[in-house]
Amino acid sequence: MSFVHQKKLTLFDYVNYFLLALISAACIFPFLYVLGVSLTHRSVYVPYSFQWFPQKWSLDAYAYILSSNSFVNALKSTAFITFFGTVLNLVFTFTMAYGLTEKRLPHRRWIYGLVVFSLVFSAGIIPNFLLIKQLGLMNSYWALILPALTNAWSLIVVKSFMDSLPQEVIESAKMDGCTDIGVFIRIILPLSKPAIAAFLLFFAVSHWNTYFNAVMFLTDSKKWTLQVLVKSLVLDNSAKTAGMEASIGDSSPPSETVRSASIMLAVLPILFVYPFLQKHFAKGVMIGSVKG
Amino acid sequence: MKSNELAVKKASSTVFGGLLRRRWSEYVKYRYMYLLVLPGFLFFVVFKLVPMWGLLIAFKDYNPIAGFGQSEWVGLKYFKEMFADEHFYSMLRNTLLINIFGLVFFFPLPILLAVMLNEVRHEMFKRINQSLVYMPHFLSWVVIASLTFFMLSVDIGMVNKVVRLIGLEPYSFLNDSRLFWGMLTLQGIWKDAGWGTIIFLAAIAGVNPERYEAAVVDGASRFRQIWHVTLPAIRPTIVVLLILRLGHMTDVNFEQVLLMMNPLVREVADVFDTYVYNNGILRGMYSIGVTVGFFKGFVGLALVMASNYIVKKMGHEGIY
Repeated sequence: MSFVHQKKLTLFDYVNYFLLALISAACIFPFLYVLGVSLTHRSVYVPYSFQWFPQKWSLDAYAYILSSNSFVNALKSTAFITFFGTVLNLVFTFTMAYGLTEKRLPHRRWIYGLVVFSLVFSAGIIPNFLLIKQLGLMNSYWALILPALTNAWSLIVVKSFMDSLPQEVIESAKMDGCTDIGVFIRIILPLSKPAIAAFLLFFAVSHWNTYFNAVMFLTDSKKWTLQVLVKSLVLDNSAKTAGMEASIGDSSPPSETVRSASIMLAVLPILFVYPFLQKHFAKGVMIGSVKG
Repeated sequence: MKSNELAVKKASSTVFGGLLRRRWSEYVKYRYMYLLVLPGFLFFVVFKLVPMWGLLIAFKDYNPIAGFGQSEWVGLKYFKEMFADEHFYSMLRNTLLINIFGLVFFFPLPILLAVMLNEVRHEMFKRINQSLVYMPHFLSWVVIASLTFFMLSVDIGMVNKVVRLIGLEPYSFLNDSRLFWGMLTLQGIWKDAGWGTIIFLAAIAGVNPERYEAAVVDGASRFRQIWHVTLPAIRPTIVVLLILRLGHMTDVNFEQVLLMMNPLVREVADVFDTYVYNNGILRGMYSIGVTVGFFKGFVGLALVMASNYIVKKMGHEGIY
């Protein structure tokens, strides 16, 4: 739109810029507010009273949370699930997607049909729950990793990305006696770097954010993940079930600051990787086009 | 006669044998491809196909202690029970209304926002805005529910703190069943309206700049440019997304509802999945739970297939 660029800003532009600024502000405002609460020093904290920002700052709430065993354990288990879950997601998704790009592969149609079927129909909560129980995975972190090893949407998106790669390179590598696995490792994976980056972040965020499966499969509160702990702390206001009752007394910071700090800690890693996320995610959505 | 038969048999066996041999050589040729597909394939069999077997629980009086084999077949008993239950219709109403709220209030917003972003002339301003409005998409429902608590609850909600500051009575927004659907919609908008612009911005990016130039030469105002150039360019995208959205009318964001639900709003909050979880998993009423889940899955399947069929008929790429 270079033509339009040369013109001066009009009333239309000022109104548009103002509204967009307002919308953007609405997107970060809740964070800034909760961040402010989490940093309020106990000497200036007054329950039920509104402050624009803390009169006196303090990191006590964060120090308090990070010194509690239950929070540190939840952080560790969430990190474990996120790390191994994501690595396995990438392996399962990219190998299968490449296999499905081979149009002459016998039985490809019904293998792909199975994938698509899982996209439109699922057995539902109870049959999946009973399966995990039968497999003896209750209260195991693998109950959060194994049922989510890959998914139809990611496979379809990655496969269509691979379909768009230059076929001549692949054909010539096969001509040179490269096996399919060789082609996959030496040609497909290096060419798929943008897709790998996008899905690495996609899978990692989805593991970090998982809540319902954790509630359903991890009934032992010692095994809780970060999201379950934050839910219990903030929404149920129950430091007790969250395993933080031991040190609650005069020495602990106000519960509201602790609750807000727990939200910030659950969000921090995501805000930290967000600059990378945004770049690759948008690309991932483009690759997927309508298939969202 | 006999020799004839023999000949046929021999011929068919060689044809069959040839097919088999060719197939076998194909298997050998693609052995590494199968090796690559295998882990994912096993995953789909174990975690997507095997649980289908559990749907049979809907037709049994399932007793988790006695086990599947010992439980009695009851035919359609639980389906009849489900359709006779008033609660079922209130869940159906909640599901449809939450979706209609989304369709009316959420759906147009990413389009509007994309058009607004497209009109921004400063690349930097546009990029900062995009970064900020995409961000909430990556937050968990737990975090969003928690932020909502810090905004709207009676004790720690910012809004009620301000209300107290100006001397009014605080109001418990989160316990008012009249506000519940609106609040779910608002959360959905905050989380995903920005993210939803990506696909429209991509469609707009494909517009030939000459068309805007021609419109300007013709003396078209900014609104007329939007109306005659931008909107027609994204119309196919809008139509496809709308139809695909209609295919998901039975889907409600389950984690969101589960987190925002409390006894005071249960009447308007209960949807199929929360029912399945509360009655099936928590109270052990597996059979009725599976029946409700089965119903939801089946209606969902029909809707998705219908919407995908329509999208394909219109000459667009469907979801499969």
